[in-house]
Amino acid sequence: MKMTIVEALRSAIADEMRRDETVFCLGEDVCDLEGGYGGAFAVTKNLAKEFGADRVLNTPISEILITGAAVGAAMAGMRPIADLQYGDFLFCCMDQLVNQAAKMSYMSGGKVKVPMVMRAPVGATTRGAQHAQSLEGFFTRVPGLKVICPSTAYDAKGLLKTAIRDDNPVLCFEHKLLYGGARVEAGGISPTSEVPEDDYVIPFGEAAVRREGKDVTVVGNLLMAHRAMEAAALLEKEGVSCEVIDPRTLVPFDYETVVRSLEKTSRLVIVHEDTYSNGWGAQLAAYVAERELYLLDAPIQRVATYDVPIPFAPVMENFAVPSTERIVKAVRTVLDS
Amino acid sequence: MSKAEIGEATRGVAKAVAHARLLPSREKALGMYERMVLIRKYEERIYYLFLEGSMPGSIHQSHGQEACAVGMLYDLGPDDYMVSTHRPAGHDLAKGVSLQGMMSEMFAKANGCCNGKGGAMHTGDIAVGALPANAIVGGNIPIAAGVGLAFKMQKKRNVIVAFFGDGASNEGAFHEGANAAALWDLPVILACENNLYGASTPYSKTSRVLNIADRAAAYGMPGEVVDGQDVLAVNEAATRAIGRARRGEGPTLLELKTYRIGGHSRSDARAYRTRDEEAAWAARDPILLLRKALLEARLADAATLDAIDEKVEREVDQSVEVAKASPDPLPEDALKNVYWEGAAQP
Repeated sequence: MKMTIVEALRSAIADEMRRDETVFCLGEDVCDLEGGYGGAFAVTKNLAKEFGADRVLNTPISEILITGAAVGAAMAGMRPIADLQYGDFLFCCMDQLVNQAAKMSYMSGGKVKVPMVMRAPVGATTRGAQHAQSLEGFFTRVPGLKVICPSTAYDAKGLLKTAIRDDNPVLCFEHKLLYGGARVEAGGISPTSEVPEDDYVIPFGEAAVRREGKDVTVVGNLLMAHRAMEAAALLEKEGVSCEVIDPRTLVPFDYETVVRSLEKTSRLVIVHEDTYSNGWGAQLAAYVAERELYLLDAPIQRVATYDVPIPFAPVMENFAVPSTERIVKAVRTVLDS
Repeated sequence: MSKAEIGEATRGVAKAVAHARLLPSREKALGMYERMVLIRKYEERIYYLFLEGSMPGSIHQSHGQEACAVGMLYDLGPDDYMVSTHRPAGHDLAKGVSLQGMMSEMFAKANGCCNGKGGAMHTGDIAVGALPANAIVGGNIPIAAGVGLAFKMQKKRNVIVAFFGDGASNEGAFHEGANAAALWDLPVILACENNLYGASTPYSKTSRVLNIADRAAAYGMPGEVVDGQDVLAVNEAATRAIGRARRGEGPTLLELKTYRIGGHSRSDARAYRTRDEEAAWAARDPILLLRKALLEARLADAATLDAIDEKVEREVDQSVEVAKASPDPLPEDALKNVYWEGAAQP
C-alpha cells in the first residue's frame, strides 16, 4: 500500500513490537493516550492504543536519561527505540551516545551488546539554528555507531526494521520535510511509495541507484537525494544524463556502488545538507581520491550547507542550504572541467 | 577539610553504628571478611606493581572503601546487576568478577576480563552481572535506570546497584537518572560512596547540601546516611534498599560515608588532606572494624581470620604470576569488537 515516511516508520515499529516483546519506544511525548502527541512528528501515533503506555513510554524532558536508559535496557535484554524530538538535542546526550552506547561492546572485549535505535529528525525548516542541523555526518565519526538516513517510505520501513533487529546502536536520521502525514511542514516534499504489507528488511550498506545515467554521478542523502533527482530532471532537458545514488546508510557506507557508477561517468558530485567542512561528503571524496583517482575526469564537487549555523529568515535559510539550482550548477562545473 | 567538617561528616556515621549490631551468620560474616581482604590485598598489590612499572595506564584505587562494595553486593545473585565507576576494582571483586580476570586486565593481557580492551577503569563481566565499569562520572546512573526499566518490563525481581562518588551527585546525569528511577519505581539502588573528595576538591566545596542522601527527598525516594566503614551497617542498609527494589517499591539513595586510603589516581600526593585526617579514618579501617566485631562476637578467632588473610595472599600471588605469564592480545585485535560479533565461544 502507498505510505508516507511517517506511516512507514510507524508501521515498522508496530511490526517489530508485535513480533518481539523486547522492543519498546521511549521518549518525550511519544505516547498519545490522554491527549499526548504520539511523537513530535507523530511517528508513534496510535501505537500506545495497541501496545500500552508501558511500551510507548513517555519520559521526562531528560535526553541523558532517554539515551542512558536505552543503553541500560539494551544491555539487559531489551530492544529500545529512543526518540528525540529534534536531532539537535543529540548534543544533550552525547556522552551516552558516544562514550556509552558506542563503546560498551568494545570496552567489554565483545561481551556486552547494545541493541538500541535512536531516532532523530533533522533538516532546516525555518525553526532557527537549534532545531535545524543535519547531524548524520557528525555521528559517522564514532566507531561503534551505525548511521542510517532513509529518504523514501519503502526504505524507511525496511531500514528501521533492520535497525531494530541489529545488535548495535543505530542512529536513524529522518528529514522533517520528508515525513508527510498529518503534519506536513511548509516546503515539505512528503514522498510516498508503495510499501509491502509483508515483512521485509533492507540490509545496511547497500546504496540505492535512484536514477541511472552516464555523464555524472550525483550522490545525495535524505532531502538532498530528492533535490538531486530534481536537478537530474532539469539537466536531462539539456541532454545531461545524471546517475543519482542515495547511500541510504552512512555507516556502513556502500562505496562500491559509487565506484561502479564512476567507472561509467568519471564525474562525481556529492550533495548533503550537513555543513561543507568535514561532512560525510568529505569522507567520500577522500575515499575516491585515495583509491579511485584515475577514474575521475574532473575534480569532485561538493554541494553542502555553508559553514554557518542555520539562519531563521527563509531567504537566508534557503541560501545556506543546498538548492536544486546549486546542484545543477555543480553538475555543470564537473562537466565543464 | 576542617575538624568541624570532619565531625559533621562523621556524626551521622556514629549514629548509624550505634544500632547496626545485628550480626550475620558465621558463614556470611567470614565470606564478607574474605571479600574485603581480597579487595585490600588486590589493591595493595596493584599499587606496588604499578610503582614497579609492571602495568600500563593509570590506577584509581578503592582500598579503604571495601565495606561499601562488599556490604552492598554480598547478597546479590549473578542476575542482579551492578555498574561501577572509574574506581571499580572493589565493586567488581565483590560482585564476583574473577581475580584472574581483573589482574590480567590490569596487565593488559588477552585473558583479562575485557580481553585487554577495557583496562583499569572499565573492568566488569556481564556473566556475573558486573556491567563494564564507567569512567564518565555519573554516566552509569541513567544506564542503571535503563537496566532497572528492563527488569521491570521483563517482570523480573532483579535489581541493579549503581555506585558513584560524591562528585557524581553534581552531574546532570545523576539528576536525570535518579528522577526517572523514582518516577517509574525502578529496582535501582543508588549507592553513593562519599569519600569526601572529588579528586582534590572537598565535597563541602561543591554543594550546600551537607548529606548527599538529603537529595533523595528531591526525587521522592528514601535516602539514608550509612557508615560506609562498617560492612554490617552497609549490608543492613543494602538489605532494606534491595528489599524495597525487589518488591517493586522503587529506588533508594544510600550515602555511604567512607574514605579512600590512596589518592585519587596514580600521581595524587594528597596535598588537599591532612595526615591527621587520614589517621583518624585509618583508626576506623573497615577491615579492622569487621575483624574486631567478629572477634568480640566470637564468630571467629584470630587464627581463622589470619588463615583467610594468608589464603587470599596466595591467591593474589598466583593471579600475578598467571597474569605475567599470559599472552598479550594481538595488535590487530584492536580492530575487533567495534560492533557486536556474537556471543564469545566458551
